[in-house]
Amino acid sequence: MTATTVDAGAAAAASPSAGRAPGGLRKESAWRRRDRSWGYIFIAPQVVGMAVFVLVPFIASMVLAFAEWNGLTELTWVGFENFTAQLQDELLLRSIVNTLLIAIITVPIGLGLAVVIAVALEKLKTRTLYLILFFAPVVTSTIAVAMIWQQMFRVDGVLSDTIAKIFGIAPPDWLGDPRLALLAVCIVTIWSALGLNVIIFLAGLQNISPSVIEAARIDGAGPLRLFWSIRMPLLSPIIFFSSIVAFISSLQTFDTVFILTADAGPDNATRTIVYHIYDLGFGRFEFGPASAASVILLLLTLVITGIQFGAQKRFVHYEDDAA
Amino acid sequence: MSDQRMTRLTDGVRDAPTDSTIAIVAPDLEVRPGSARAGRGRRRLSSTLLHVALIVAGAAMVFPFVWMLITSFKTLPQLLQDPLSFWPAPWTLDNYVEAWNAAPFAQAYFNSIYIAVLAVVGTLLTASMAGYAFARIKFRGSRVIFIVFLATQMIPKQVTLIPFYLLMAQFGWVDSHLSLIVPAMLVNPFAVFLMRQFVMSLPKELEEAAIVDGAGRWRIFWSVILPNLKPGLGALSIIVALDVWNSFLFPLVLLNTPDLFTVPLLLSSFRGQFGAINYGLVMAASAVATIPMLIAFIIGQRRILNSMAASGLGGR
Repeated sequence: MTATTVDAGAAAAASPSAGRAPGGLRKESAWRRRDRSWGYIFIAPQVVGMAVFVLVPFIASMVLAFAEWNGLTELTWVGFENFTAQLQDELLLRSIVNTLLIAIITVPIGLGLAVVIAVALEKLKTRTLYLILFFAPVVTSTIAVAMIWQQMFRVDGVLSDTIAKIFGIAPPDWLGDPRLALLAVCIVTIWSALGLNVIIFLAGLQNISPSVIEAARIDGAGPLRLFWSIRMPLLSPIIFFSSIVAFISSLQTFDTVFILTADAGPDNATRTIVYHIYDLGFGRFEFGPASAASVILLLLTLVITGIQFGAQKRFVHYEDDAA
Repeated sequence: MSDQRMTRLTDGVRDAPTDSTIAIVAPDLEVRPGSARAGRGRRRLSSTLLHVALIVAGAAMVFPFVWMLITSFKTLPQLLQDPLSFWPAPWTLDNYVEAWNAAPFAQAYFNSIYIAVLAVVGTLLTASMAGYAFARIKFRGSRVIFIVFLATQMIPKQVTLIPFYLLMAQFGWVDSHLSLIVPAMLVNPFAVFLMRQFVMSLPKELEEAAIVDGAGRWRIFWSVILPNLKPGLGALSIIVALDVWNSFLFPLVLLNTPDLFTVPLLLSSFRGQFGAINYGLVMAASAVATIPMLIAFIIGQRRILNSMAASGLGGR
């Protein structure tokens, strides 16, 4: 009885006698039963979609990782062979190193730049034009971005020539030199994601109550002190969340290396894990090894996200009222 | 708690470009030159430096687009002899004509637009339904199912690339837009999460009155909840549209017929064919693929910036 009166506020309000009268009680539970099935109906499309298009392929990926199959011949089970072969495959190891390098270079630099720019923009009265400039690459398809930069990075292109003239050196061959190709990928990645983080951080900065800033200023805090002791700690949960998103998305780098450094660059210098999966799966139709590489990508994502959540406790400041 | 925060944030950003109430140094920017005292003069100098730094950064953002346009108007002889000049001499539209004739761009735009529209409409409906159920309807397992939804966000889409392709082959959806549209309509855990947050930020009294009146859940959802979700739905449609429009890897493996290609996929076909020599043509193709998007962005910038900020903060 208590349960019904407590959690069915709406139905109880509809008939004040619901708690006492047996008739009312029955009516109410019928409504709640019907309501429960409405719950299932409302989530059904997304649940069915999730099951068919995510969970089934996900499980299939796990299964295929232990098999050898090219889509035409008979499927044969090979146990852990795909994994052992992949982990000894120099191409996969290089892909992992490249992918991690892209993440480690682009995430801190990209987010750091975005924080500085957001803080600067917050001081401005009119910033719409800047916001448009910074955000334009975000709405541009990564393929177009990669093509534009590909011709800027040509050895006879505008960037190499400018650098050569300023520093008096031979024009660098960004996309032909294995050491520079990965750097080129990082530059393009930072450039295209910068605007998104700028507006997210700007929104976060605007959400800081002016009274907090005012109080600190009355206490004599200068601009630098305000930045490090007030703005950064209050912004840190947002920076943390953005760093996870940025890290995960740089682990998925594909479009840029596919176009910019035409099929993963000179001597596979910019081969990433996703490119490796694509190459094994759709270049050579080795579905088993490709699935094993997919599982390795998943594990890497989970481990890195786990590490970031672990680090969160030390560096991220949550206000007392925050969830 | 976080839902209240988020709505506050979106409001904040909505006012951002014009409203300067929070801008800390704003008063200094209004100081007339004559009235500047020593301290103010120094701050004015730092605000000038700020502008200079931002203009340099802004120029770095916009230069690649400018260079794309300049290059696209150059003739092939000029590109070969003097690729670095900042002025096309003579100006030519040949690259655009050739790009337009070399590939079915109009068809690709049509494909991209209708795929994006269907994906957006489908996602708005299914995600707001699910978000409403998770926020307001009590049913067994709702917590567990919601947690599974959140957990699947951790799976990179690329992990399922190969089995997804094989599944689409089973369905007969390879080289068909169905393989792009149907999954986009039915799978978007982030959208479900976002809509749940938006529903939770609505006052409960809204639907309680309707429940008392004996309205069914569907009617409550359709005529009470959905109209109140308009800001959230607007934000979500922008996020989904951008995401679908720019997706590349899945269309790349799923579509083979050029007439079915989306804009980025069609653009990518210029790489191998012409990229090495006539990059004026490639830049013209890039311009055809990007300029309409940039114009649309500039027209809708306020809404788009708001929505993307909300999505960036929403997952928190």
